[in-house]
Amino acid sequence: MGKKNLFGLASLVVVLLVVPHLLGNPYYLGVLVWCGIYGLVCMGLSLFMGYCGQISLGHAGFCALGAYISGILTTRFGFSPWPALGVAMLASLLVAFVVGLPTLRLKGHYLAMATLGFGMIIFVAAGGDPFGLTGGPSGFWGIPKLSVFGVVLDSEVKWYYFVWAVVLVCLVALLNIVHSRVGRALRSIHGGEPAAKAMGVHTARYKTQTFLLSAALGSLAGSFYAHYVGFVNPHPFGLNFSIHLLTMVVVGGMTNLWGAIAGTALLTILTRYFRVFMDWGVFFDGFILVIIMLVFPEGLFVGAARRLGGFVSRKRSTGVPGQASRQAAGGG
Amino acid sequence: MDNILRVESLRKNFGGVVALDGLTFEVQKGAIKSIIGPNGAGKTTLFNIISGMYRPSSGGVWFLGESITGSPPYVTAKRGISRTFQNLQLFANMTVRENVMVGRHCRTKTGFLRSALRLPGAAKEEKRTAAEAMDILRFVGLEESAQRGASTLPFGKQRVVEMARALATDPKLLLLDEPASGLNLRETEEIGRLIQKIRDTGKTIIVVEHDMSLVMAISEEVLVLDHGRRIAEGPPRSIQKHPEVLRVYLGEEIPHAQSPES
Repeated sequence: MGKKNLFGLASLVVVLLVVPHLLGNPYYLGVLVWCGIYGLVCMGLSLFMGYCGQISLGHAGFCALGAYISGILTTRFGFSPWPALGVAMLASLLVAFVVGLPTLRLKGHYLAMATLGFGMIIFVAAGGDPFGLTGGPSGFWGIPKLSVFGVVLDSEVKWYYFVWAVVLVCLVALLNIVHSRVGRALRSIHGGEPAAKAMGVHTARYKTQTFLLSAALGSLAGSFYAHYVGFVNPHPFGLNFSIHLLTMVVVGGMTNLWGAIAGTALLTILTRYFRVFMDWGVFFDGFILVIIMLVFPEGLFVGAARRLGGFVSRKRSTGVPGQASRQAAGGG
Repeated sequence: MDNILRVESLRKNFGGVVALDGLTFEVQKGAIKSIIGPNGAGKTTLFNIISGMYRPSSGGVWFLGESITGSPPYVTAKRGISRTFQNLQLFANMTVRENVMVGRHCRTKTGFLRSALRLPGAAKEEKRTAAEAMDILRFVGLEESAQRGASTLPFGKQRVVEMARALATDPKLLLLDEPASGLNLRETEEIGRLIQKIRDTGKTIIVVEHDMSLVMAISEEVLVLDHGRRIAEGPPRSIQKHPEVLRVYLGEEIPHAQSPES
């Protein structure tokens, strides 16, 4: 991990520590809890999409698996939250393995189709309630609070610190992966699969492993969701949510973990502060996806920095035009 | 055992098209062997089969006495076969040094967990990989460009980066697919010298090439393919005069043809 990332992490910690003192209303803090929960999913998705060049249209399904399994085990089978979370994650890994193993060996976007189907199945199963466990379309209440080292997470403030601590740990781990032999292998798959194979990179295995990792993060976020809200129903876990997750990753810039977090925060805050984004969610997601892909394919932040950098160097008329863009694109 | 590679009765069909038609040949250890032939003769298909990208329809490939027929590329790379590509396949999203570091992939072993936790062993391996990549870049004379984006280099240098990346896998057998295509005369000479320099480190090299001056200058042996079949094999000088080769390259001689003047 380079100096840039260490500086980024330090800045993020400072911001995270300062922000709660500036926000008077716990509702605002709650929005940031959502940023953290979605951020977990989006980091994994960013690694998978940006580095393996694959698209998942079913990550809402992994969130649903996490939320429902955590909820069902704790309310109906007397599990305590952490073991339930572990079981949920194992189940998600298993499902991801079954979905990913055959499709990730093929060329093309078979995984996108398979995950699309998987997401639908989970959504329909949760609503249809074939085993009398999910509470059907109206869901169920009474999921217990999560406690960490004896502290019950019963307020927005506590959730805020907890979720972002987890995000930070995951971010450090994923940044380490990206800046390692594994990260290079993943980037080589994105850069050119035939050459990656010729260098001995087992491309199918790396894609599968990254997909499993992203599914585990999705399940984790789903479990947190269940314990945070205390209630689950199928509605939030439809195809719309999978697409919303994609949009957040794309806005931040697919090949950039920082971008995944920034994109998630930006869209989550917009959605929660302006009702119109909530009511017209699918419309905005589609609109944003098209604009970003056309104007800033490398993501809003890097793209904007490049534009700005290009503008500044043109104004100075001394700088090399390409220089700023290369430096701006080098981050992450 | 003198041969490092043995290809026997190799066939490859793509639907009704026969790309390789019962090809048999051997490559001696430590040699530079060139494979020439008209477009569509099956040269690149042969490379794709040896390196494990394609499975042959029938026949087999033996490397160091063991069958590698149908082994996937991550196995053949580890066994010691590496390659370059006819149309450059550099990782444009990485620096020159990172490209070469990817080549070390099959000789290193840090996985997801060890790199996520940045265990001491992982950090040490990473450092060693970076140093090894620099050694190879020094060997091919590109150490100055190590930190540049791979796609920002001139075309001729990009070809050298591809060779450096292939060398980083520590191959015993190196497959070079048209290393001189798109290069000017001076660059072609340089690449020829580099190929010989690589061979002098004890590696065996198979070159698919259209540039005859390069082929004649560097190879100990030449194999001529046409329509997936061997039509000639031997030292470069004998190949130049081989009637079958002349027929394939220049067309059939018409008996009793007369020039317009007479």
